[in-house]
Amino acid sequence: MEKKIRVLVAKPGLDGHDRGAKVVARALRDAGFEVIYTGLRQTPEQIAEAALQEDVNVVAMSILSGAHGHLFPKVVDLVRGNGMTDTLIIGGGVIPDGDIPALKEAGVAEVFTPGTPTSDVVNFIKENVKL
Amino acid sequence: MSTEKIQAELAKYEASVEKAVARFPERPHLPEQRLYTPLDIKGDDYADEISFPGVYPFTRGVQPTMYRGRFWTMRMYAGFSTAEESNKRYRMLIENGATGLSCAFDLPTQIGYDSTDPISEGEVGKVGVAIDSLADMETLFDQIDLGKVSTSMTINAPASVLLAMYIAVAEKQGVPADQLRGTIQNDILKEYAARGTYIFPPRPSMRLITNIFEYCSKNVPKWNTISISGYHIREAGSTAAQEIAFTIADGIAYCEAAIKAGLKIDDFAGRLSFFWNAHNNVLEEVAKFRASRRIWAKVMKERFHAEKDKSMMLRFHTQTAGSMLTAQQPNNNIVRVALQTAAAVMGGTQSLHTNSRDEALALPTQESVTIALRTQQIVAYESGLADVIDPLAGSYYVEAMTDKIEAEAWDYIKKIDDMGGAVAAIEKGYIQKEIQDSAYKWQMDVESGARTIVGVNKFQMENEEPPKDLLKVDEAVGERQKAKVNAMKEKRDNEAVKAALADLKKACQDENENLMPHILAAVKTYATLGEICNVMREVFGEYEAHVSL
Amino acid sequence: MDIAKELLKGNRLALSKAITAIENEYPEATEIMKEIYPHTGHAYVLGITGPPGAGKSTLTDKITRAYRAQGKTVGIVAVDPTSPFTGGAILGDRIRMNELTLDAGVFIRSMGTRGSLGGLSHKTADAVKAMDAFGKDIVIVETVGVGQSEVDIVKAADTTMVVLIPGMGDDIQAIKAGILEIGDLYCINKSDLDGADKLVREINMMLDLDSFMTDWRPPITKVIASQNEGIEDLIGTVEKHRAYIEGNGELTRRRTKRTRDEMLDILNSGINNFVKGQIVDSGRLDEYVEKIRAHDTDPYTVVGGLMDEMLKK
Repeated sequence: MEKKIRVLVAKPGLDGHDRGAKVVARALRDAGFEVIYTGLRQTPEQIAEAALQEDVNVVAMSILSGAHGHLFPKVVDLVRGNGMTDTLIIGGGVIPDGDIPALKEAGVAEVFTPGTPTSDVVNFIKENVKL
Repeated sequence: MSTEKIQAELAKYEASVEKAVARFPERPHLPEQRLYTPLDIKGDDYADEISFPGVYPFTRGVQPTMYRGRFWTMRMYAGFSTAEESNKRYRMLIENGATGLSCAFDLPTQIGYDSTDPISEGEVGKVGVAIDSLADMETLFDQIDLGKVSTSMTINAPASVLLAMYIAVAEKQGVPADQLRGTIQNDILKEYAARGTYIFPPRPSMRLITNIFEYCSKNVPKWNTISISGYHIREAGSTAAQEIAFTIADGIAYCEAAIKAGLKIDDFAGRLSFFWNAHNNVLEEVAKFRASRRIWAKVMKERFHAEKDKSMMLRFHTQTAGSMLTAQQPNNNIVRVALQTAAAVMGGTQSLHTNSRDEALALPTQESVTIALRTQQIVAYESGLADVIDPLAGSYYVEAMTDKIEAEAWDYIKKIDDMGGAVAAIEKGYIQKEIQDSAYKWQMDVESGARTIVGVNKFQMENEEPPKDLLKVDEAVGERQKAKVNAMKEKRDNEAVKAALADLKKACQDENENLMPHILAAVKTYATLGEICNVMREVFGEYEAHVSL
Repeated sequence: MDIAKELLKGNRLALSKAITAIENEYPEATEIMKEIYPHTGHAYVLGITGPPGAGKSTLTDKITRAYRAQGKTVGIVAVDPTSPFTGGAILGDRIRMNELTLDAGVFIRSMGTRGSLGGLSHKTADAVKAMDAFGKDIVIVETVGVGQSEVDIVKAADTTMVVLIPGMGDDIQAIKAGILEIGDLYCINKSDLDGADKLVREINMMLDLDSFMTDWRPPITKVIASQNEGIEDLIGTVEKHRAYIEGNGELTRRRTKRTRDEMLDILNSGINNFVKGQIVDSGRLDEYVEKIRAHDTDPYTVVGGLMDEMLKK
């Protein structure tokens, strides 16, 4: 048996800032994960469907445009609605502290804000992923 | 002192350093060369390479007197929510002494979607103001005299449409187009390479850009038709040399496209402007600004055979580095921004936006914006940095660094030439890959501690209080804006809209037609941005990104 | 969830889970394969290979759209290399196929090569079967053609297409040696670039030298995938090849050979598992080695005994 952690790294919405998403994608690869990168401007529906087809263990999203309050919960609902109950869903970007409780309430397991070392993301996934 | 004498003295110094280092080891992760001497710049011919301000190759600045005549334009980038809200912020900035406006548009506007489009859900009014039609543009500049203010608009893929709206608003105010001053960013190549708000594929995008060059050279002669931007390339993680190299390569591509479209270099080159990042390393940044002016002057003279001095001058706007703001201990950002401001001023910028301390967390509050503007005013009026022209010239280090960055940039430009130019290099993913590699290296250096960011990987504070009073964009903005668009559509003459859009479509299909007059006509019927862009999408198609990790 | 049953009912998550089981070599994978095997054999398998940067994903995207326009359903298995240093991988093929994601008639799965080179072709073949049993009309296997393992993967295809681009310089020599001979079809992508005609000539020259040539001479089609140019022609050559090998029995021969290879593969891996589990991991190997070294016995006798033991199981 050769289990590998599979992570979908996605940019929901119209935001074009993908420096963070790409750096995280590479760091996850270097941590030995299989990373499926979707590129820019993905709708929540596309993200959830890609997560399903790829049977990922983790969906990692990045938003810097302020649309996180709308888009993150929508992705959570769609992923869960597809029957993927164990998938770990995390987010990152320019996200004010005040918004984080609501996102967690909506099912986002953790929110990573600017300045987070990529190793924190790696460790969080390793500790919380269900394989 | 003769070269031999300096060499001899340097050898003595090196010997003493060896002893000193044995007793007091130097800090790790420092640049290799510890000291610069006349030996490091002996290759420079002063007249050819450095020369005087306002004189080719403009290393020391583009005007003869620089800030001794007038300070740079203090231009604060702003815009959020609806046109009404942003209009209030603009008028506040003008009252506080800002000398130019800089409009931020929300993502649907930047990508040519109406607020009513399902894809805009959650994004309306978030990173800038939502503009759906001429009606919003009229509100945005209400009580602001477009004949007096100079306006910069951060708009790229649909730049032609927003410029047309601006011209139409001015016309209503009674201001003729030839009096308008300002800039549209209009730089699509860096959108493909670094910023991500593209719509159409390269070929039609380049056509739109050259159409604007041509139209403005005849009708809006004081308008800067493009702001060729390294800012976002740097934000995406590039090095200083990559920032100017990739951007100048983009600039070359625009000139080639315009020449191919039949324009003469001296007819449009004077209205090209650049946009640089002011990053943390003050002296490296000063060297970068100086090197960029020298490279561009040489490109224009040697490659494009420009004859007018104005065509060879690299004029630039600067913004302090957003990516260097930390979410941790946000007040520290005030100091970072002050240093970045110093770099931009010593580097001879023509205009400057200073970021606010809280922008790693949210859009800035009014108070933070005021501090950022005051930072510029303190540097201008109190620091003395603006009193003498190009004050760091002649520094062994800064001159050597200017040469080094120039050489590195030329290497990249040659490489990109060999690939067939910037468009080809972007289509291959080469530029994107180089930027990503630098971004990853930066992040790994921060994580390993090779690079220190105060408050992030050193001098952290336990239990830091999250900052209060962040600006929150009202979530209901989207709904309000949608209602506004729908109401506007009921009032306008829909037959006129249809006819204008049909005319625009026909114009799009004819490659020899300049699209600007057709877009202007459509805008005046209150056709929406989304409607206009959709017509162009139909004819031009959409760009598919090249991603390589 | 009963993965096999749900898969056969058309449950997309079940298909996805089945491929995970295959890929991770879960014990239940064998059971799943047994149950779905009778439902395989319907899909036509197209292998697409070529060097990095040849635009294979974009081409796969356009080919898929063309098949969809004909009303056919498509499954895609996109294989990307795993880093030998970290064991991780960036699987980036989906980026070029984002618009297909929400098409219910398309299912895309990315796989990493994961170092287990021998096992990869076997896993890919099983993933293809899962998509076949799910009901896909066409299954495309897309892989970077740089090494033997990738060549093995496309051998699982009914028709193999090799994608090249002009201006690759000396690289083409190396690629020629490796993958050129496996092409049933050649596709020159980005054919608006300089050197496209030269590349066509080079491939033709190589085909002229091919002494194994049957009466099928692989056609060379020029396309510009990013602009959707030449895709119809390209699909035409796929269909032509399909008709050709269906007509002369070659398809049956190919599939028979594949079944044979697969069976030997499964058998070999069964033996390997036995050797690893019963002999190596259990510590018996070390005991035998010790005895053989002391000349208490010899390797031939030991292996003979082990073979008997294994056969009895």
